[in-house]
Amino acid sequence: MGDLFLGIWVVAYRELLRFVQERTRMLSSFAMPLLFLVIFGAGFNRLIGALTPGVDFIQFMYPGIIAMTVLTNSIMSGLSVVWDREFGFLKEILVAPLSRTGIVLGKAVGSATISVGQGIIMLVLAPLLSVSLSPMLVLKLIPMLIILSVSLSGLGVLIASRMRSQQSFQIIVQIIIFPLIFLSGVFFPVNNVPAWLEFISKINPLSYGVDAIRQIFLNGEIAAAGMGQGYPLGVTVFGHTMTIVQDMLLVAVLGIVVLSLAAWSFSRQE
Amino acid sequence: MSTIDVRGLSRNFGGLKAVDEISFQVNEGEIFGFLGPNGAGKTTTINMLCTLLKPTSGSATVNGYDVVRQRSQVRRGIGLVFQDPTLDEYLSAEQNLRFHAYAYKIPRESQEKRISELLELVDLADRRKSKVHVFSGGMKRRLEIARGLLHNPRVLFLDEPTLGLDPQTRRHIWDYVLSLRQQSNLTILMTTHYMDEAENCDRISIIDRGRLIALDTPDKLKDAVGGDVVTLKAENNEKALLELKEKYQLSPVLENGNITFSIPQGEKFLPRLIGTFQTPLLSIGVRRPTLDDVFLRLTGRAVREEEGGLKEMMKTMMKMHQGRGR
Ligand SMILES: Nc1ncnc2c1ncn2[C@@H]1O[C@H](COP(=O)(O)OP(=O)(O)OP(=O)(O)O)[C@@H](O)[C@H]1O
Ligand SMILES: [Mg+2]
Repeated sequence: MGDLFLGIWVVAYRELLRFVQERTRMLSSFAMPLLFLVIFGAGFNRLIGALTPGVDFIQFMYPGIIAMTVLTNSIMSGLSVVWDREFGFLKEILVAPLSRTGIVLGKAVGSATISVGQGIIMLVLAPLLSVSLSPMLVLKLIPMLIILSVSLSGLGVLIASRMRSQQSFQIIVQIIIFPLIFLSGVFFPVNNVPAWLEFISKINPLSYGVDAIRQIFLNGEIAAAGMGQGYPLGVTVFGHTMTIVQDMLLVAVLGIVVLSLAAWSFSRQE
Repeated sequence: MSTIDVRGLSRNFGGLKAVDEISFQVNEGEIFGFLGPNGAGKTTTINMLCTLLKPTSGSATVNGYDVVRQRSQVRRGIGLVFQDPTLDEYLSAEQNLRFHAYAYKIPRESQEKRISELLELVDLADRRKSKVHVFSGGMKRRLEIARGLLHNPRVLFLDEPTLGLDPQTRRHIWDYVLSLRQQSNLTILMTTHYMDEAENCDRISIIDRGRLIALDTPDKLKDAVGGDVVTLKAENNEKALLELKEKYQLSPVLENGNITFSIPQGEKFLPRLIGTFQTPLLSIGVRRPTLDDVFLRLTGRAVREEEGGLKEMMKTMMKMHQGRGR
């Protein structure tokens, strides 16, 4: 047990230390979400107008962009694992008396801390987009961001656990992870799209993370939309619209599964 | 009980037997050397002993702990300097050591002293705040050695530890390692390509193509060569080989255009040979045997064949190239 916590903290500590040394990474991690927010926001806002009374397209997309920031940065935890393997430091970690589970959790915790921080920094944009923030909202948001980022960091580490080069990791991210992020309802309500897209979005676990964060921001309006307009802005599965808690549980279960798999994969690594 | 006890250890990679039924024991306080050409299986053996690689068969214990079943206990008691770099280049020298200190639970009170001490030893005290990626290859190596010793391991594995270091630093580090052994009974298992370094070992095992082909003290191994080594070059080496075999009942080997053979009391034999040899000679010399000769005699090849030397060179060049790219 001691080894477990030692592993978590030593590995997470280094992850954070590394992050603060690399200023470019800090900046670049905001670039893509901001770009999407500006381009899509400016491009579609007038065209689309209000999705439901009181919620225009930007206000709909903004929580999705926060989720996206957290998702992309969490997945990058895998890149740090591959990086460590390529440059040898992983050997220093693996030969130390640290539990394998601790090492995996440490990577996830370190990367999640960074992602949650970045998600929270994105909140400064809220007033510009006339999204109202309350202390209550932020308080609800933080645990959800933590669950989402730990789970997704776990996924990143799992993908990286057998990869030898940064290029192959980047390829996986580009052909699997980015599409999953785009199809997770960041840019459109998943209930009102062609059936094939709806199907993919609904089996995509990331959709539920995005939905939870959106509901935290737009709770009242999302429910109202379901009554009035025929389709809810949330995620409806078999006629049931997911609640925040259900979304959270689903993401947490995903997290536990991928983290266990990652720990297992690391412990039998040769 | 031996500090390192290896029994029938093997490791296959696909069809390749990288390590093939190796057995040996290392006693406490001993410096035990692995000598062998590129690809002999030295690193693979170390990786198994330090728990990073599972043996295909056989068993080994370090400090009495099994390297497969008691991995955490093994890890706690060993220090490593890997053949390839394992530093975090984006952190400073001190941060790299600090990470290690935390991971090995060095008490906070003694961390500072220990880190300063070791940075002093490897002559990096004035660079402690520098990022590792600005270090030269030799400086990185020295930092890794400091790190391997930081937590006072009972067994130290050194995989070509002084590769790329200048002779002065090599000497300096050796002096320290030898003094450590006297003070604290540190056990060391090391691999090296440098013959003079191998001479520092109490015992040497020679390994070739995954198999352990000899194990003894450097002196005994050299005695086994059978006296002094004569090296000669003739206008026609084939003819010279034949003459040496038939006329003098010797067993010469041809290697890199030179013929070598060993003979007791070489100085006395040489004048006799020159007096009676029929094939015209280009050069001839006699010297005390080295470990290279031991290897040559056991395998018919030099430790560093031309090809091996080239491979090593390419490896170093690629590392330099990678280092620059970052
Ligand atoms: N992970 C691996 N997968 C496949 N083959 C491997 C692997 N690691 C080592 N080998 C092979 O095992 C053999 C022994 O390699 P090893 O690294 O142990 O040699 P070495 O004695 O350390 O050589 P050097 O002096 O060049 O460091 C080589 O033929 C090598 O190609
Ligand atoms: Mg090697």
